Amino acid sequence: MRKLPTIMATTALAALVSTSAFAERGSDGQLNILYWQAPSTQNPYLSGGTKDIESSSLVLEPLANYDPDGNMLPTLAAEIPTLGNGGVSEDLTSITWKLKQGITWSDGTPFTAADVVFSGEYCMHPEGGCNAAAKFNDVENIEALDDHTVKITFGVAKPFPYGPFVGGDSPIIQKAQFESCMGAKAPECTDANFGPVGTGPFKVTEFKANDVVLYEMNEGYREEGKPKFANILFKGGGDAASAARSVLETGEFDYAWNLQVEPEILSQMEAKGKGTIIAAFGPSVERIMVNFTNPDASLGDERGTVKHPHPFLTDTAVTKAMSMAIDRQILVDAGYGAAGQVTCNVLPAPAAYNSTANDWCKTPDPEGAKKLLDEAGWVPGPDGVREKDGVRLSVLYQTSTNGVRQATQAFIKQMWAEIGVETELKNISASVFFGGDQSSPDTFQKFFSDVEMYTNNFPGTDPEAYMGSWTCDNIPSPENQWVANNMPRFCSEEYDALIAKYSVTAEPAERQAIAKELNDMLIQAGAIIPLIHRGRVAAHSNTLGGVDMTAWDSEIHNAENWFRVK
Amino acid sequence: MIPTLLVISLIIFLILDMAPGDPTAQLPLTIPAEVREQIRAALGLGEPFYVRYALWLQQFFVNEPLNLIEQWTGTTIGDSENRLRIVSWSTRSPVVDLIVERMPQTLWVVGTAYIVAIAIAIPIGVISAYKQYSWFDQTGTFVSMIGFSIPPFFSGLVLIVIFSVQLGWFPSIYDTTHKVTGWDSLMVQVNQMFLPVMVLALQITAQLSRFMRSSMLDNLNLDYVRTARAKGVRERVVVLLHVLRNSMIPVITVIALGVPQIFGGAIITEQIFKVNGLGALLIGGIEAADIPLVQTLTFIFAVLIVIFNLIADILYGILDPRIRYD
Repeated sequence: MRKLPTIMATTALAALVSTSAFAERGSDGQLNILYWQAPSTQNPYLSGGTKDIESSSLVLEPLANYDPDGNMLPTLAAEIPTLGNGGVSEDLTSITWKLKQGITWSDGTPFTAADVVFSGEYCMHPEGGCNAAAKFNDVENIEALDDHTVKITFGVAKPFPYGPFVGGDSPIIQKAQFESCMGAKAPECTDANFGPVGTGPFKVTEFKANDVVLYEMNEGYREEGKPKFANILFKGGGDAASAARSVLETGEFDYAWNLQVEPEILSQMEAKGKGTIIAAFGPSVERIMVNFTNPDASLGDERGTVKHPHPFLTDTAVTKAMSMAIDRQILVDAGYGAAGQVTCNVLPAPAAYNSTANDWCKTPDPEGAKKLLDEAGWVPGPDGVREKDGVRLSVLYQTSTNGVRQATQAFIKQMWAEIGVETELKNISASVFFGGDQSSPDTFQKFFSDVEMYTNNFPGTDPEAYMGSWTCDNIPSPENQWVANNMPRFCSEEYDALIAKYSVTAEPAERQAIAKELNDMLIQAGAIIPLIHRGRVAAHSNTLGGVDMTAWDSEIHNAENWFRVK
Repeated sequence: MIPTLLVISLIIFLILDMAPGDPTAQLPLTIPAEVREQIRAALGLGEPFYVRYALWLQQFFVNEPLNLIEQWTGTTIGDSENRLRIVSWSTRSPVVDLIVERMPQTLWVVGTAYIVAIAIAIPIGVISAYKQYSWFDQTGTFVSMIGFSIPPFFSGLVLIVIFSVQLGWFPSIYDTTHKVTGWDSLMVQVNQMFLPVMVLALQITAQLSRFMRSSMLDNLNLDYVRTARAKGVRERVVVLLHVLRNSMIPVITVIALGVPQIFGGAIITEQIFKVNGLGALLIGGIEAADIPLVQTLTFIFAVLIVIFNLIADILYGILDPRIRYD
């Protein structure tokens, strides 16, 4: 995550204030948080969305959380198990978590390994409808070795074994409270689902579904003097713009979440001086996918397949010139504001995975692009469009229907026209473009155009599966009903070999190096032209300190450190 | 009445069943398709249509009333532990409890707005009609037109910008956890209700005052008015006793028919001020494809509309002795 300069200033100021005001627990009164989608439950395993997972993170805690840079921090665990400290077995099939000593639930009973084992059983119950089930993929067994040690065994080797109990979406729930709520009985335990007993800094005192939650500090919280706030009013309802207004203009609330509002309106609100807009960047990237196969309709059933390479987009001089011609900052300013940053990588985050090898794209260079095309033999024809051997640089550019995307298309069309590339624009309704309808020629997987633009990302902080999207056997084709994720139809033996190596490498630094190399191969081959690194946007009052937003976990994961700036 | 309601419930159920929507649609995109399928199965979506409908009928007409009786009387009837209640998909809690929880704020805000609107609309209607085409009547017509034509999502925002952002007099967000315990907390409650009540009252006043005015105009020119005046009855008595009472008959019907709307909540106004009453519950349920919730709420609205139609008919008979149903 990269923060805006203003937040850095606020947090720096906040840090100063907090050291001078080392006050007792609950000294800062009430905190008001506004999520315009209201929480429906406090049991994240049965949740209907992010709002439930994030609000319950005030109460329930996992073994480890992610910090804003995507690094794991132990929460209920004493340390992060790794190969180095023996917590992860040599064959990568098991992980052993050591729990912190002396932690109690908010009802005063001790927290033990049995609760962790139970949480796993609860989510893996086949009739429970648990929405974090994917985090427990390949888990064969969870057992308590003693009261403070839990061993998770997987059916396969897991180079990244940090799925279960890491992050706010798979926290530990209390065995005593949920014991009679397994499987099909899960929804019937309304009292438990609305008021779970937790180990976190707060506890639920009142829950009104889809409206409001009241929290009170947990007197038995393990950290001395925390939380600073005695109560939280967690309100829901309305829309993003009115949520932004309540923090930035009227000052009624201290924190508002997910503010997808036009950048211009948001900055006008911020100018009132009551609050600050903050953003956190996860792995989402708005990118242009380049088609390496020929989408010409005259090829019939073989259009868009590897049998027919693209007439000019496989020439890296062309794709590099197209990338150089784009002024990405204009796209950010017009459509994204604080929610976007220029990026030259398809894998820009976590920070340790962000390659610097492609940074040339950050400064637009239309002159350099023209020179590159000249050298490659693409010379302007009578109408200004470059051509070589009768092939004209004319592309069909498709994306989903969406105001910001159409504006981006229009800007890029103009930027490409400047270097002599002709562009025809097309937009397709999102439900068709991203839908899997076999009969439609307009899906992003069939990709019957020269370039297409959309955003994609991956769950968690580990990009192994994501980078695996671009192997040769992942190319969409009629044989696999076009269901595959290698849209550019990029195929390289070198890349596939590196992916194979990736799946057996466990050392974090090495994994990062491999992922960066994979990213660079894709960019340098011209398969993907990254445009904008997209983030989450929130706003907090200038009187609220300690906010440390993350895109990898619950945004309010560190609410125990929040305090009132006096 | 019972067959009507059964047909209504079937139609609502069919429409909701055919409507596109997925209760797992709001889950984060990174949750894979197999997990979504398991969640849908756990919600009971796999059952055929008629099984779900029959189950809902039993839950609504047998289980829920029994449960209410148990709560009121504190007794236990039959096997109440295992009696299935209607459970919302998005909150996984009983729908009726959600509705009971939302009722107070809706009644406070929308109910007050209705009473305020009636209190304003009737005098305006009477004076406008009595002094037809005077400046008062013209102003009243103008304000009514504004009330009719400006949607609450605009008037609400204008009020917020003026009174919350610029002046800072009233909060723009309604606090449903506020409890009225004494004079001070009552004032806080009035303060936070002020803006939503104004937005709603403007709309309702516009409609009612127009009705009142035209009804008065119809009566003012009738023979009995001329007779009363000829007898030397004072003008005040003529207008306020004779004309007003007779003009109220159609207006009271309109008021009675409007009462179910109070329970329906004010979807847009509730969203703007985050009152989170029944209207917000309904729209939230629709967005989350929470079919049991939407089904139950819309059906309760249908029941209320049918009941208040009946009440309006009865009132009509009481107020106007000329009308008798044979």
